[in-house]
Amino acid sequence: MASVPITVRRARDALEARTARVPYRVKLALVWVVIFVVLAVLFLSYGFDTDFMLEWAPFILGGTGITLLVSVCSIVLATVLALIGALARLSKNPVINGVASLYVSAIRGTPLILQITFVFLAFPQFARFAPTYMEGAFLLPAIPAGILALGVNYGAYMTEIFRAGVQSVGHGQIEAAHALAMSPTQTTRRIILPQAVRLVIPPTGNEFIAMLKDSALVSFIGVSELFFRASKVGQQNFRAMETLIVAAAMYWLVTSVFSYFQAKLERKMARGYVRETSHGH
Amino acid sequence: MATDVITIQQLDKHFGDLHVLKEVSLMVQSGEVVVLFGRSGSGKSTLLRCINFLEEPSSGVIQVGDLRVEVGPALRARREKIRQIRERCGMVFQEFNLFPHLTVLENVIEAPCTVKGEAREKASKRAMVLLERVGLAEKAKEYPIRLSGGQKQRVAIARALAMEPDIMLFDEPTSALDPELIGEVLAAMRDLARDGMTMIVVTHEMGFAREVANRMVFMHEGQLVEEGPPSQIIGSPADERTRRFLEAVL
Ligand SMILES: Nc1ncnc2c1ncn2[C@@H]1O[C@H](COP(=O)(O)OP(=O)(O)OP(=O)(O)O)[C@@H](O)[C@H]1O
Ligand SMILES: [Mg+2]
Repeated sequence: MASVPITVRRARDALEARTARVPYRVKLALVWVVIFVVLAVLFLSYGFDTDFMLEWAPFILGGTGITLLVSVCSIVLATVLALIGALARLSKNPVINGVASLYVSAIRGTPLILQITFVFLAFPQFARFAPTYMEGAFLLPAIPAGILALGVNYGAYMTEIFRAGVQSVGHGQIEAAHALAMSPTQTTRRIILPQAVRLVIPPTGNEFIAMLKDSALVSFIGVSELFFRASKVGQQNFRAMETLIVAAAMYWLVTSVFSYFQAKLERKMARGYVRETSHGH
Repeated sequence: MATDVITIQQLDKHFGDLHVLKEVSLMVQSGEVVVLFGRSGSGKSTLLRCINFLEEPSSGVIQVGDLRVEVGPALRARREKIRQIRERCGMVFQEFNLFPHLTVLENVIEAPCTVKGEAREKASKRAMVLLERVGLAEKAKEYPIRLSGGQKQRVAIARALAMEPDIMLFDEPTSALDPELIGEVLAAMRDLARDGMTMIVVTHEMGFAREVANRMVFMHEGQLVEEGPPSQIIGSPADERTRRFLEAVL
């Protein structure tokens, strides 16, 4: 650019020339490190309480297990619901399809935080219609209530992902299976699902990473997970900056680790059906 | 006297307002090779697909061997008959339609194992014989994506044969192939015909028809217009429409 002073331009060119052999990724990492150091210096010089942070970090980070537990259970439930939902959405039976499309529409049309609260606070009201021995089923403790709500919510979104996966299997293959006297059930189980599953594994991984973060919402019904602990301790001691940074770092670490494996998985899946072949080029 | 293995009576098929098959009747005897040809859109595929009920006829009767199915509601007994018809009719499609997630061998044994409950080992042994026959035994462990079009189609033939069908239906099996690959597929089909397989073949390969077919049937706008031995149909077609069509292809 013409407006850049000549000395700056020269310095930049010189720097570029001297660092030409440094890989781009290393440069990126350096930029990150510099930003971290600058932020750390700023925080420390403005009364950032590291002692407090270290004192409470173990308690806050102790919520990670519950965050993971809630996320894993919810994604499993969501996967099951999405599979059923997808097959139901593709069904020609109007009752089955109607139930499934209502589920997807209602869940996608309401806030997740409302659904979580609903399961926890509104479900117990059903208990009075239930026989005594079943009342317990409507009075869910916070963690199961959170898992149920998150699973049902993600299941609705993932229904559409799974449906696309099933639909991606070519019509010709389905006809070929039928022509080979395979029943619709056999065709689904042996031909459609194996291909659809392969296709939906990467997006399901993405959903799981999103779930790790959305699971923080179950703090609103009192589940003592990562974010809940951080915000509680922070509020009570007017040290929210310290505690939230601890929680944020943990979320970041966990999602980064899963993103790494997710990316690897995605690359592997993208290779298609060419593995285990006899020639090796 | 040979017996009819396929009897089609008064078959009608509508797609909405479109009347695609008009009172089609056709009988095919055991061991016969019938070539069905005609203009694009004349209903050849639809007729073939009605035989194994990939397409549900609007009215009429389909009989394969002793299995007679009329138009009616999809009751359990009728569905079971259709399933048995499909076991007896192998089908080969223009677009091959192999299962991409399965190897060549797995493609071939899938239906015998899943439908007939055959043991994998036994099915694999039979499959290898079939693959040998279409010249692809060494490709057994490959995935379809690694095969040429001609190889894919030969696998599709082996896959259909693995169900030990009485009849083979071919819907333009060489139309999606590069010219240099057509020969290998036709050779596999010729070999099959020589072994006495009953076949209905939709194709415009007149050389193949002349050599292999016992009978040629010309289809026009949903009706069977003319039929006869290849020498007569190709040499001196009686119907004006057949003659005009042949002039265009030959
Ligand atoms: N599923 C369908 N829905 C609506 N119309 C259809 C359907 N299948 C076929 N048709 C129509 O029926 C007519 C006959 O089609 P068919 O595929 O049987 O012809 P064909 O003789 O096999 O032609 P081609 O040589 O192009 O394969 C065409 O007009 C086609 O558009
Ligand atoms: Mg056709």
